Amino acid sequence: MKAVVTVVGEDRVGIIAEVCTHLAAYGVNVLDISQTVMQGYFTMMMVVDTENATVSLAELAKAAEEKGKEMGLSIRLQRADIFKAMHRV
Amino acid sequence: MLTLKDILTTQDMIDKRHLDIRTITMGISLLDCVSEDVHICADKIYEKIVRRAENLVKVGEEIEWEFGIPIVNKRISVTPIAIVGNSCNTDSYVPLALAMDRAAETCGVNFIGGFSALVQKGCTKGDWVLMNSIPEALASTKRVCSSVNVGSTKAGINMDAVAKMGQVIKETARLTEKDDGLGCAKLVVFANAVEDNPFMAGAFHGVGEPETVLNVGVSGPGVVYHALQSVKGQPFDVVAETIKKTAFRITRMGQIVGVEASRRLDVPFGIVDLSLAPTPAVGDSVARILEEMGLEVCGTHGTTAALALLNDAVKKGGVMASNHVGGLSGAFIPVSEDEGMIAAAEAGVLTLSKLEAMTCVCSVGLDMIAVPGDTSAETVSAIIADEAAIGMVNSKTTAVRIIPAPGKVVGDRVEMGGLLGSAPVMPVHSESPAEFIARGGRIPAPLQSLKN
Repeated sequence: MKAVVTVVGEDRVGIIAEVCTHLAAYGVNVLDISQTVMQGYFTMMMVVDTENATVSLAELAKAAEEKGKEMGLSIRLQRADIFKAMHRV
Repeated sequence: MLTLKDILTTQDMIDKRHLDIRTITMGISLLDCVSEDVHICADKIYEKIVRRAENLVKVGEEIEWEFGIPIVNKRISVTPIAIVGNSCNTDSYVPLALAMDRAAETCGVNFIGGFSALVQKGCTKGDWVLMNSIPEALASTKRVCSSVNVGSTKAGINMDAVAKMGQVIKETARLTEKDDGLGCAKLVVFANAVEDNPFMAGAFHGVGEPETVLNVGVSGPGVVYHALQSVKGQPFDVVAETIKKTAFRITRMGQIVGVEASRRLDVPFGIVDLSLAPTPAVGDSVARILEEMGLEVCGTHGTTAALALLNDAVKKGGVMASNHVGGLSGAFIPVSEDEGMIAAAEAGVLTLSKLEAMTCVCSVGLDMIAVPGDTSAETVSAIIADEAAIGMVNSKTTAVRIIPAPGKVVGDRVEMGGLLGSAPVMPVHSESPAEFIARGGRIPAPLQSLKN
């Protein structure tokens, strides 16, 4: 299943590396990354594949939130279909 | 292809605009729980609810995490207890209410609806037993919600039931006096009640429904309010389009959550209720949407027109976003549960009469309104009759959820707590409708042609 990971917070060295390492540890494969800096805030969106993840999607979402707290950022993992449902007819 | 803007827009709606799924409500038929012994019936009810709904909360919480959207309430509705209990040789259905309450506690849900009777044309023995049991049932349970349908466009208004419900509401207030009449917040009197409503306190599982079903209620007054801030001063065509687009997005969220929950629970998906349900939180108010359209305070002249536009646009936007729409679908105007309504009522601008007019064009009726403790049962009945007449003539659902708060007078405030909020005590007319209510009988169903 495809999910979207969003990371928002103060920019610093190594955010992408750390987030990717975190996801890899759970067997989550990164399909696409786009990032930008908006009003001084680092904003990243990743599309990931959770098909071979070692834990459930709900567990992944909880782990992402905790990882975010640990890194002082907002990290969210959500199912991709919710965004498609909302923004595409 | 998803864009960063789409994703951040969705997250912003959830984080800052109070977008949430207000409720996923599992409807459960209790038609196979009948027994001549009320205690056996109660045991069957408990067992069936727990068996069917044991995973409701767990699945709801999993989905919350996966989609990253709060599902504020997980709830249960059941077949009207007056029907289920009709075979019992008893003069009280309180044991059935206690069984519902225990089952709700075991399943971890905060409300269970269906301590109900449908008496629009007349009352069975079971209907009378149920109405007589309501005050004690609501005073002795925490989670049970009750509703009685007293009128419909096809049947007219059962004025004997209207008279009875005025007394029931007063007695419920008396028995829950220490909580300012909180029991009345769990009691709705309907006309044209719907069988698939997921919202409390009026939810019940209609007899035309399947064995079990999952209905979803969405919310999002804050999102609509925010969207309207970007079209200040523009014509109503633009306002209506903006609301429609926003309602579409909100409803899509409800649809995807409902379908996913029903799949996991192996329960058929019923409907999405396209309602704008406010909460007492700042920024989650229907009144503030009406004010954003250009009214100084909700309740002033123009409010009914603004609400009519809002209600219609919400339905038009939402209806394409879901494959099955139902329930009450529209804007709710519960006074105590809406920060802007509370402020407007306290300022004396929003009156009972204006609210009654507003109920002609919106989703439900006089909802969560506190009136003085010395309001007579006949006056409460007359308020119900007025509301039922509006529903009957306009072929729409109307409801009365009114709290004659014991010992309170105009200017006081009734604190209900949580999502129920707090209600300023509003004045009612002191002139008596007692002789009108004492007549009883039935108001005939209205003509459906010659509509002027």
